Amino acid sequence: MKKRAIWTVALIAAIFTSACQPAASDDTQASEATSEESLDKTSGQAFVEDEVSNPNILQIAVGSADHSTLVAAVQAADLENALVNAGPLMVFAPVNEAFDALPEGTVESLLKPENKDDLANILKYHVTPGNYSKEFLKKFKKLGQANDQSVAVEVKGDDVYVGGAKIIATVKASNGIIHVVDAVMLPSNN
Amino acid sequence: MKSTRIFIGAAIMLSFLFASCGNQGASDSGKGKGALVSSAAEKVYVAPGERDEQYAFLSGGYSGNLTVYGLPSGRLFKEIPVFSQFPTSGYGYSEETKPMLNTSFGFVPWDDLHHPDISQTNGELDGRWIFANGNNTPRIARISLSTFETEEIMEIPNSAGNHSSSFITENTEYVVAGTRFSVPVPQRDMPISEYKSNFKGALTFIEVEPEHGHLDIKFQLLMPGFNYDLSHPGRDKSHGWFFFSTYNTEEANTLLEVNASQNDKDFIAAINWKKIEEYVNNGGGTKMPANYAHNVYDEATHSATSTMKKEVLVVNPSEVPGAIFLLPTPKSPHGCDVDPTGQYIIGSGKLSADLTVHSFDKMLDAIAGEKFDGEAYGIPILKFEDVMAGQVKSGGLGPLHTEFDGKGNAYTTFFISSEVVKWKLGTWEVIDRQPTFYSVGHLMIPGGNSRKPHGKYLVAMNKITKDRYLPTGPEMEHSAQIYDITGEKMELLYDFPTHGEPHYAAGCDADLLVQNSKKIYRLDENKHPYAINSPAEAKVVREGKEVHIYMSTIRSHFTPDNIEGVKVGDKVYFHITNHEQDFDVPHGFSIIGAGTSEILVMPGQTKTSLWEPEKVGVWPFYCTDFCSALHQEMQGYVRVSPASSDLEISWSLGD
Repeated sequence: MKKRAIWTVALIAAIFTSACQPAASDDTQASEATSEESLDKTSGQAFVEDEVSNPNILQIAVGSADHSTLVAAVQAADLENALVNAGPLMVFAPVNEAFDALPEGTVESLLKPENKDDLANILKYHVTPGNYSKEFLKKFKKLGQANDQSVAVEVKGDDVYVGGAKIIATVKASNGIIHVVDAVMLPSNN
Repeated sequence: MKSTRIFIGAAIMLSFLFASCGNQGASDSGKGKGALVSSAAEKVYVAPGERDEQYAFLSGGYSGNLTVYGLPSGRLFKEIPVFSQFPTSGYGYSEETKPMLNTSFGFVPWDDLHHPDISQTNGELDGRWIFANGNNTPRIARISLSTFETEEIMEIPNSAGNHSSSFITENTEYVVAGTRFSVPVPQRDMPISEYKSNFKGALTFIEVEPEHGHLDIKFQLLMPGFNYDLSHPGRDKSHGWFFFSTYNTEEANTLLEVNASQNDKDFIAAINWKKIEEYVNNGGGTKMPANYAHNVYDEATHSATSTMKKEVLVVNPSEVPGAIFLLPTPKSPHGCDVDPTGQYIIGSGKLSADLTVHSFDKMLDAIAGEKFDGEAYGIPILKFEDVMAGQVKSGGLGPLHTEFDGKGNAYTTFFISSEVVKWKLGTWEVIDRQPTFYSVGHLMIPGGNSRKPHGKYLVAMNKITKDRYLPTGPEMEHSAQIYDITGEKMELLYDFPTHGEPHYAAGCDADLLVQNSKKIYRLDENKHPYAINSPAEAKVVREGKEVHIYMSTIRSHFTPDNIEGVKVGDKVYFHITNHEQDFDVPHGFSIIGAGTSEILVMPGQTKTSLWEPEKVGVWPFYCTDFCSALHQEMQGYVRVSPASSDLEISWSLGD
C-alpha cells in the first residue's frame, strides 16, 4: 500500500515534470551546439573584422612571403589568437630559410597533429611578453619566454643574437614588435 | 500514520508542480507552459559571439546620459555621457570636454535627459545622429552614431523645463525644443501671481546643418503661458506641421495638480512651421537680446569649444496668421503622436480612460472653413467635433504615449492601469492588451515614430519596479519589458533593468549603424594642439606656473615616465596622446590626489588631465585601463619640489 502510493506520486510527478519542461531537451541541444562552436577554428580575436587598425603581429606575418613556414606552424599549433592578443608581444620570427636549415624531416614531423604540443613549445620559445627595440635589447642578458624558459641575449658588435639567432630586421606591429631572425631557436629539453 | 505523511507529501509535491507550471504564463492554445517559456527564451537568446538585431538608445533621465542596449537580448553595451560628468571616460572632467557642459548659468555638470530621437531622411531613420534634450537647464544635444560621443550641445534661451523636445522633422531640417514651464520672457523680477497672460511658452526650432549636423536656433515661437508637454512632427502628408500637447491652459502658478486640471479640455497646438520658416526667411521676426551657450566638440582636435550667443529671433503667433491653431483635447494630454502616414494625431489625456485621435485632413478642412470655436491670445481654436477622427475606448486608465508598427496598428501605454494596449488605426478597436510591470511611462518600437517602423519588438519602460528583480535596498533601477509584436497578440518576452530613468527611447536595425561605427582615431588626423606624432616628441615645458607635459602612451609605458622640476602651486597639464592604432586598446591616466576623474584615451586621441600638486614628494601616476599583459608596469613618477625650489624641468624614460 505504502509502496503503491509512493510509485503513484513518482509517476504523476514524472508526467508533470516532462509536461512542464519540454524545453529541457532543446536547451541541452543548444548548449552542445554552443560548445562545438567554441572549438571552431574561425572564432576569436584573430578573426575580428577590422580593416582600420594598424596590422598586428599575425597579420604582418601572414603578409610576409619570407614567413610562410612560420605562419603554417602557428596555424598548426592553433596559436593565431595568441598573436593578436593585446600583448605587448615581442616575436622572434625565423625566415623560411631558417626552417629549411633544420635537419631534414624536422618541420614535417613537427607539423603532424600528434606533435602539436612540441611545436607550440618551440613557437612560444620565440615569444616574449614585452616590446623592446633591437637597441634596447642590448641591455639584457636574457629574456623570459612564453614557454616559461629563458633565452640568452648576446651582443656581437652591432648585432644582437637571441638564443643564437641573429636579428636581421625589425617590424613594428600594433600589438608589439617583430624581430626577424635568421635561425630557429630551439629550447632545451628540460 | 506513515501513509498519511506520504499523501500529504504527494499533495504538496503535486500542487507545487501545478503551481510552477501556472507561474510560467497562461496559455490559451492549451500548450504546456514550458513550451511558451522556451519559445520566449529562444526569441531573446543571443548566443555567445552572436550579435543583436537592433540597437535601443534609452534615455537615462536623471543620470543625464544615454544608454545603449541590444534588442532582443536587453544587454547593455554602453553608457554615452551627454549632460553629466562621467568619470568612466573623463567626459566633463578632461580639459577638452569641460566646455561641453558650459551654460549661461556657468558650468552645469548634470541634466535630466529625456527624449532621444534618431535623425531621419524622407521620414526614415538614417542613423547619422541621435538628439536628446536636457530638461532642467534647457539644452539640446547631438550625439554622433559613428563615434557614440556627444558632439554638440545648444542651450535654449527663454525656456524652462525643456520637455516637449527633442523631436526632429522628417528630413532632420529641425530639432524642436518646447518649454514645459512658461516663464517671463525676457526673464525679470516680477510677482509670481502675475503669471497669467504675462508668462510665455517658447517653442524653439533649431536648424540642423545637413552635412555636419551643426545646430543653430532658427526661431522661437513665443506661445501663451501654457505647459507644453510633448510634441511630434507631422510626417508624409502632414510634413511641415508640428504638434504640441499642452496642459495647464488654466495658466495656474500654484498647486497645479488641482489648478491645472480644471479645464475639461486642453489643447494640442498645431504649428505650420514651414509657414513660419518662410516668414522668417523673408525677414520676419524680432531679434531679441539673449545669452546662451553653444558647445561644439571637434573630432579632429578632440576638443570642445563653448561660445556664448547673444541674440535669438523670436516670433509672436499674431505675426503669422494662419500658421497656428489649437485643437481641443481632453484631460491634460501627455503624448502627442503622429502615425506613419501623417494622417492621425493622437492625444493621450493622461487623466482619461480614452484616447483622442485628431484627423489631419479634417483639421485642414476646418481651417479652410474657418470653423473656429473662439481663440486664445489671438490663436484660433478649432471645434473638437470638427477635427476629431475618433476615440479609442480603451478600458485602461492614464494613457501616456503611442507608437506604431507600420501595419496599421498603434500601441499605447497606460500608466495607471499598467498596460500596453494595441489598437487599430481607423476603426479604433482594441485588439490586445498586456500588463506591464509596473506603471509604464513610454514605449518604443524601433523606428516607431517614423514613416517606416521596424516593428518586431516593443520595449515598455516602467516607472515602478518593486519585486521584479532581486531587491537592492530602497532604490531599484527602473524596469523595461520586451514584447514580440509580430503576431496578433503581443507576447511578453523578457524583462531587464535600465539605468537611470528611461523617459523615452529610440531604436533602429543594427545594420544601419554597424558599418559606420568608428574603430580608432587616426593619428595622422589628430589636430589637437598638444598632440605629439610619436613618443620621440614627448616633452615637458614650463610656462610660468603652468607645466605642460606632452605625454605618449603605448603598450606598456608612458613617455616620459620620470618627471622632475614640478613645484607646489604649479598647474600641471598632462596632455596624453594614445599612440595605439589598434581597435579597443585605450589607455587611462590618473595621478595620486588628482581633484578630477581619470581620463580614458582612445587610440589616436589626445586628452588632458589637470593636476595641481599641493604636497612636496614623489607622486606616482598609472594607466587606469587594463591595457595589456604589462599593464601593471605602466606607471611613472612626478617629483614635486617646494615652491621655492630652482630645480629645472627634466624628464626621462628608461634611463
